[in-house]
Amino acid sequence: MRKKKTHILGWILLLGSTITICSFLFIIIFHLFSQGLPVLSWEFLFGHPKEGLTKGGIFPAIIGTILLTLITTVFAVPFGICCAIYLNEYAGESRLTGIIRASIRNLSGIPSIIYGLFGLALFVQSMRLGTSLLSAGLTLGLLSLPYIITTTEEALKRVPNSTREAALAIGSTQFESIRDFVIPQAMPGIITGIVLTIARVAGETAPILFTGVAFYITGVPGSVKQEFMALPYHLYMLSTQHQSIETVRPLAYGTVTVLILIILMMNMVAFYIRQKFRENE
Amino acid sequence: MSTRFRENTDLFFSKLFKVTGLLTLVLLGGIFFMLLYNSVSFFLDVAPLDFFTGNQWNPGSRGDYGILPLIASTILVTLGSMLIAVPLGIFTAAYMSEFANRRVQRILKPVIEMLAAIPSVAIGFLGIVIIGPGIAKLFGMQNGLNALNGSILLAIMSLPTIVTVAEDAIHAVPMSYKEASLGLGADKWETLFRVTLPAALPGLIAAVMLGLGRAIGETMTVLMATGNSLAFPDGYLDSIRTITATIAIEMGEVPYQTTHYYALFAIATVLFIITLAVNLIGEAIAKYYRKFGA
Repeated sequence: MRKKKTHILGWILLLGSTITICSFLFIIIFHLFSQGLPVLSWEFLFGHPKEGLTKGGIFPAIIGTILLTLITTVFAVPFGICCAIYLNEYAGESRLTGIIRASIRNLSGIPSIIYGLFGLALFVQSMRLGTSLLSAGLTLGLLSLPYIITTTEEALKRVPNSTREAALAIGSTQFESIRDFVIPQAMPGIITGIVLTIARVAGETAPILFTGVAFYITGVPGSVKQEFMALPYHLYMLSTQHQSIETVRPLAYGTVTVLILIILMMNMVAFYIRQKFRENE
Repeated sequence: MSTRFRENTDLFFSKLFKVTGLLTLVLLGGIFFMLLYNSVSFFLDVAPLDFFTGNQWNPGSRGDYGILPLIASTILVTLGSMLIAVPLGIFTAAYMSEFANRRVQRILKPVIEMLAAIPSVAIGFLGIVIIGPGIAKLFGMQNGLNALNGSILLAIMSLPTIVTVAEDAIHAVPMSYKEASLGLGADKWETLFRVTLPAALPGLIAAVMLGLGRAIGETMTVLMATGNSLAFPDGYLDSIRTITATIAIEMGEVPYQTTHYYALFAIATVLFIITLAVNLIGEAIAKYYRKFGA
């Protein structure tokens, strides 16, 4: 009898928790999409904000987010991949690599708002880049470095040692073996990591608050030295800072729907690459 | 291509790769130095004792720089989020690892990954449009922007981390432990609660610490959903303002190189040290676990 009760209690605890977590995701997606999808239209996606942001579209914010993630990628990907190559291919296990690995783990644990402060102090002020697309992109680049390094290193680890040995045996230098054999084999894993990192960066708000994002700009930024609009900040502003919050609520729903759709699409791309790669193995 | 050229290229790139590796150390050092440097500038203006024991944060008009209400707010909201997320996360991880069949696992994993992918600003928006009005209705309040709201949202944000790490920990408990327990006549529930979960405890603690680290540093959700009142908080139905939210709100408005500006770096230093400590403790426990645990 007592045993039966613990059985029931156990199932309630375990299944109840699992269902609760699943329902979180379901409620988020269902609620936001049911309110946001009807807002989406040609004009909303490709139009500019009008009449004090109460009407019109979010085109500059979409472009801003795309340009921002591009700058982040251009800066962080080569840097991150080189660092991962050093750790996995050259360094071996030493005291120094232990320290480097520990510092990478700690970098990934630093709150994103502190990256924002660092970007403000380094790029905006010390390097005199001002509040601009470039400052914000570089700040997000620093933030995404630990993720790129970790995912790239994991992809390199999955390349069997026989590949390296075979390349060296036919007379390649170590660099040639990495460039021509190891990296191409690890490519799907590296790209998956990059896509996931970009998806994460696209939704970040705190690091760009003081490094270059703007409430509203006319048109799209023509140079990397200009301020820009971005989807996550646009959502924050529409839902808390606008003077008539209730009037712009539908626009906020539309913005959050576009943001989540973009991020989920990138996650699916990453998932697809990973699946395809597994099949080939 | 001459051999000489190839050898030089090889040497050049091996040096380049090493430099990028060392630059990550420079980055961590740079962040730490930047925080420290600006904090020192702050403590030249304001006595450390006033900063650490003051229970008023009111930099604008009165020049009060007491960090206690911000720390109290941060602790309140993250403690609440852990009270929600830890049982939910660990029970879900136990279900995924020990009871779910492959098909269910194949559904649950993407669900957790998708939850992790939702940006914090969207979760904060959810706090404004769903959870806030819900709390307001439940407790008969004007609005539901308070610590409770923030705790629920931070729980959602930290759950993916907790579930993923906890599942690994539970999965790593050797089969022989469970078989011994079952062989002695325990049923699967007794095995789970008395053998598997206790054996996985260090890994579970590491999972909680990593989730906690994420919750403490979260900015946008608490900024949007907790009301940002400066009063010293009394309970979960009070509006609060965390360290992260204070930096986000005030950094946009202060003139550079003023006491107020430096003060925001000082509270960021406190935040940095707290998250660093939480992550290091989590890591140390996880390491101990790998050495001596299951």
